[in-house]
Amino acid sequence: MATRVETTASNVTAKPALFSLALLAGWLVPGLGHVQAKRPIRGAILFVTITLMFVLGLLMQGKLYVADPGDLLEMLGFVGDLGTGLLYLAARFADLGHGAVQVATADYGTKFIVVAGLLNFIAAIDAHNLRIGRKL
Amino acid sequence: MAAYAPSHFTAVLLFATFASIVFGITQRSAPKAMFRYGVYCWVLFVFSVIAGSWVMYFIKH
Repeated sequence: MATRVETTASNVTAKPALFSLALLAGWLVPGLGHVQAKRPIRGAILFVTITLMFVLGLLMQGKLYVADPGDLLEMLGFVGDLGTGLLYLAARFADLGHGAVQVATADYGTKFIVVAGLLNFIAAIDAHNLRIGRKL
Repeated sequence: MAAYAPSHFTAVLLFATFASIVFGITQRSAPKAMFRYGVYCWVLFVFSVIAGSWVMYFIKH
Protein backbone atom coordinates (compact mmCIF):
# COMPACT_ATOMS: atom_id res chain seq x y z
CA MET A 1 0.00 0.00 0.00
CA ALA A 2 2.78 2.37 0.96
CA THR A 3 4.60 1.55 -2.31
CA ARG A 4 1.51 2.41 -4.32
CA VAL A 5 1.22 5.80 -2.64
CA GLU A 6 4.89 6.57 -3.38
CA THR A 7 4.46 5.65 -7.05
CA THR A 8 1.46 7.95 -7.37
CA ALA A 9 3.35 10.79 -5.75
CA SER A 10 6.32 10.36 -8.10
CA ASN A 11 3.99 10.42 -11.10
CA VAL A 12 2.52 13.70 -9.95
CA THR A 13 5.95 15.35 -9.61
CA ALA A 14 7.05 13.99 -13.00
CA LYS A 15 4.23 15.85 -14.77
CA PRO A 16 5.33 19.17 -16.30
CA ALA A 17 4.17 22.04 -14.13
CA LEU A 18 1.73 24.51 -15.66
CA PHE A 19 3.38 27.33 -13.78
CA SER A 20 6.90 27.92 -12.53
CA LEU A 21 8.71 30.71 -10.74
CA ALA A 22 10.83 31.21 -13.88
CA LEU A 23 7.71 32.23 -15.82
CA LEU A 24 6.77 34.89 -13.27
CA ALA A 25 10.36 36.11 -12.81
CA GLY A 26 10.92 36.25 -16.57
CA TRP A 27 7.77 38.28 -17.07
CA LEU A 28 8.52 40.76 -14.27
CA VAL A 29 12.19 41.31 -15.19
CA PRO A 30 13.35 40.38 -18.71
CA GLY A 31 15.91 37.58 -18.54
CA LEU A 32 15.44 36.84 -14.84
CA GLY A 33 13.56 33.65 -15.68
CA HIS A 34 16.58 32.36 -17.57
CA VAL A 35 18.82 33.21 -14.62
CA GLN A 36 16.41 31.28 -12.40
CA ALA A 37 16.59 28.39 -14.89
CA LYS A 38 20.40 28.45 -14.55
CA ARG A 39 21.08 30.10 -17.94
CA PRO A 40 22.59 33.42 -16.77
CA ILE A 41 24.28 34.38 -20.05
CA ARG A 42 21.06 33.96 -22.02
CA GLY A 43 19.28 35.89 -19.28
CA ALA A 44 21.76 38.77 -19.46
CA ILE A 45 21.48 38.99 -23.26
CA LEU A 46 17.68 38.96 -23.07
CA PHE A 47 17.68 41.60 -20.33
CA VAL A 48 19.89 43.96 -22.35
CA THR A 49 18.00 43.35 -25.60
CA ILE A 50 14.44 43.74 -24.29
CA THR A 51 15.26 46.60 -21.93
CA LEU A 52 17.13 48.48 -24.67
CA MET A 53 14.23 48.01 -27.08
CA PHE A 54 11.79 49.32 -24.46
CA VAL A 55 13.98 52.32 -23.56
CA LEU A 56 14.61 53.19 -27.22
CA GLY A 57 10.85 53.04 -27.78
CA LEU A 58 10.36 55.59 -25.01
CA LEU A 59 13.23 57.76 -26.33
CA MET A 60 11.58 57.71 -29.76
CA GLN A 61 8.59 59.25 -27.95
CA GLY A 62 6.48 56.14 -28.30
CA LYS A 63 3.20 55.83 -26.44
CA LEU A 64 2.48 53.59 -23.47
CA TYR A 65 -1.01 52.13 -23.74
CA VAL A 66 -3.35 52.15 -20.75
CA ALA A 67 -6.21 49.79 -19.93
CA ASP A 68 -9.35 51.05 -21.66
CA PRO A 69 -12.05 48.35 -21.88
CA GLY A 70 -14.05 50.52 -24.30
CA ASP A 71 -11.28 50.52 -26.95
CA LEU A 72 -10.21 47.10 -28.24
CA LEU A 73 -7.06 48.36 -29.99
CA GLU A 74 -5.99 50.22 -26.84
CA MET A 75 -6.52 47.03 -24.82
CA LEU A 76 -4.44 44.95 -27.27
CA GLY A 77 -1.63 47.50 -27.05
CA PHE A 78 -1.93 47.49 -23.26
CA VAL A 79 -1.57 43.69 -23.13
CA GLY A 80 1.53 43.93 -25.33
CA ASP A 81 3.03 46.71 -23.22
CA LEU A 82 2.28 44.79 -20.02
CA GLY A 83 4.60 42.04 -21.27
CA THR A 84 7.58 44.12 -20.18
CA GLY A 85 6.47 43.64 -16.55
CA LEU A 86 8.16 45.98 -14.11
CA LEU A 87 9.61 48.13 -16.91
CA TYR A 88 6.06 49.09 -17.90
CA LEU A 89 5.07 49.84 -14.32
CA ALA A 90 8.24 51.90 -13.76
CA ALA A 91 7.64 53.93 -16.92
CA ARG A 92 4.01 54.55 -15.97
CA PHE A 93 5.10 55.53 -12.46
CA ALA A 94 7.63 57.98 -13.96
CA ASP A 95 4.82 59.41 -16.13
CA LEU A 96 6.60 58.53 -19.39
CA GLY A 97 5.21 57.37 -22.71
CA HIS A 98 2.63 59.97 -23.65
CA GLY A 99 3.59 59.78 -27.33
CA ALA A 100 4.16 62.62 -29.78
CA VAL A 101 1.89 62.71 -32.81
CA GLN A 102 4.02 65.34 -34.60
CA VAL A 103 7.17 63.16 -34.61
CA ALA A 104 7.29 60.69 -37.53
CA THR A 105 9.28 58.03 -35.68
CA ALA A 106 7.11 58.21 -32.52
CA ASP A 107 4.82 55.56 -34.01
CA TYR A 108 7.86 53.31 -34.42
CA GLY A 109 8.62 53.93 -30.75
CA THR A 110 5.13 52.77 -29.81
CA LYS A 111 5.69 49.57 -31.81
CA PHE A 112 9.11 49.05 -30.19
CA ILE A 113 7.48 49.16 -26.75
CA VAL A 114 4.68 46.74 -27.68
CA VAL A 115 7.05 44.31 -29.41
CA ALA A 116 9.48 44.44 -26.46
CA GLY A 117 6.58 43.25 -24.30
CA LEU A 118 5.62 40.49 -26.73
CA LEU A 119 9.23 39.31 -27.02
CA ASN A 120 9.41 39.21 -23.23
CA PHE A 121 6.34 36.96 -23.14
CA ILE A 122 8.19 34.57 -25.50
CA ALA A 123 11.34 34.78 -23.34
CA ALA A 124 9.38 34.10 -20.13
CA ILE A 125 7.69 31.04 -21.66
CA ASP A 126 11.11 29.84 -22.87
CA ALA A 127 12.45 30.19 -19.32
CA HIS A 128 9.48 28.19 -18.05
CA ASN A 129 10.19 25.43 -20.60
CA LEU A 130 13.85 25.37 -19.54
CA ARG A 131 12.85 25.18 -15.88
CA ILE A 132 10.48 22.24 -16.30
CA GLY A 133 12.89 20.42 -18.63
CA ARG A 134 10.81 20.66 -21.80
CA LYS A 135 13.71 22.49 -23.49
CA LEU A 136 17.42 21.94 -22.98
CA MET B 1 13.59 63.04 -21.31
CA ALA B 2 16.08 63.09 -24.21
CA ALA B 3 14.55 62.23 -27.57
CA TYR B 4 15.90 59.87 -30.17
CA ALA B 5 14.73 60.12 -33.78
CA PRO B 6 16.44 57.52 -35.97
CA SER B 7 15.91 57.29 -39.70
CA HIS B 8 13.31 54.82 -40.88
CA PHE B 9 15.99 52.39 -42.04
CA THR B 10 17.90 52.63 -38.75
CA ALA B 11 14.66 51.84 -36.94
CA VAL B 12 14.26 48.77 -39.16
CA LEU B 13 17.81 47.62 -38.41
CA LEU B 14 17.31 48.09 -34.66
CA PHE B 15 13.98 46.28 -34.69
CA ALA B 16 15.40 43.38 -36.73
CA THR B 17 18.40 43.08 -34.42
CA PHE B 18 16.39 43.02 -31.18
CA ALA B 19 13.74 40.62 -32.48
CA SER B 20 16.33 38.30 -34.05
CA ILE B 21 18.35 38.04 -30.83
CA VAL B 22 15.27 37.01 -28.85
CA PHE B 23 14.08 34.61 -31.57
CA GLY B 24 17.53 33.01 -31.75
CA ILE B 25 17.77 32.44 -28.00
CA THR B 26 14.22 31.22 -27.52
CA GLN B 27 13.72 29.07 -30.61
CA ARG B 28 16.95 27.06 -30.58
CA SER B 29 18.83 25.13 -27.88
CA ALA B 30 22.50 25.08 -28.88
CA PRO B 31 24.50 28.34 -28.97
CA LYS B 32 25.68 27.81 -32.55
CA ALA B 33 22.15 27.08 -33.76
CA MET B 34 20.89 30.16 -31.86
CA PHE B 35 23.40 32.37 -33.66
CA ARG B 36 22.59 30.92 -37.08
CA TYR B 37 18.84 31.21 -36.56
CA GLY B 38 19.24 34.79 -35.29
CA VAL B 39 21.22 35.76 -38.39
CA TYR B 40 18.63 34.00 -40.58
CA CYS B 41 15.78 35.97 -38.95
CA TRP B 42 17.71 39.24 -39.22
CA VAL B 43 18.35 38.73 -42.95
CA LEU B 44 14.67 37.85 -43.51
CA PHE B 45 13.51 40.95 -41.60
CA VAL B 46 15.81 43.38 -43.39
CA PHE B 47 15.48 41.97 -46.89
CA SER B 48 11.71 41.66 -46.69
CA VAL B 49 11.56 45.35 -45.71
CA ILE B 50 13.82 46.31 -48.64
CA ALA B 51 11.74 44.18 -51.02
CA GLY B 52 8.50 45.67 -49.67
CA SER B 53 9.90 49.17 -50.07
CA TRP B 54 10.72 48.54 -53.72
CA VAL B 55 7.22 47.11 -54.29
CA MET B 56 5.68 50.29 -52.83
CA TYR B 57 8.03 52.40 -54.96
CA PHE B 58 6.87 50.71 -58.17
CA ILE B 59 3.21 50.93 -57.15
CA LYS B 60 3.61 54.69 -56.71
CA HIS B 61 5.55 55.25 -59.97
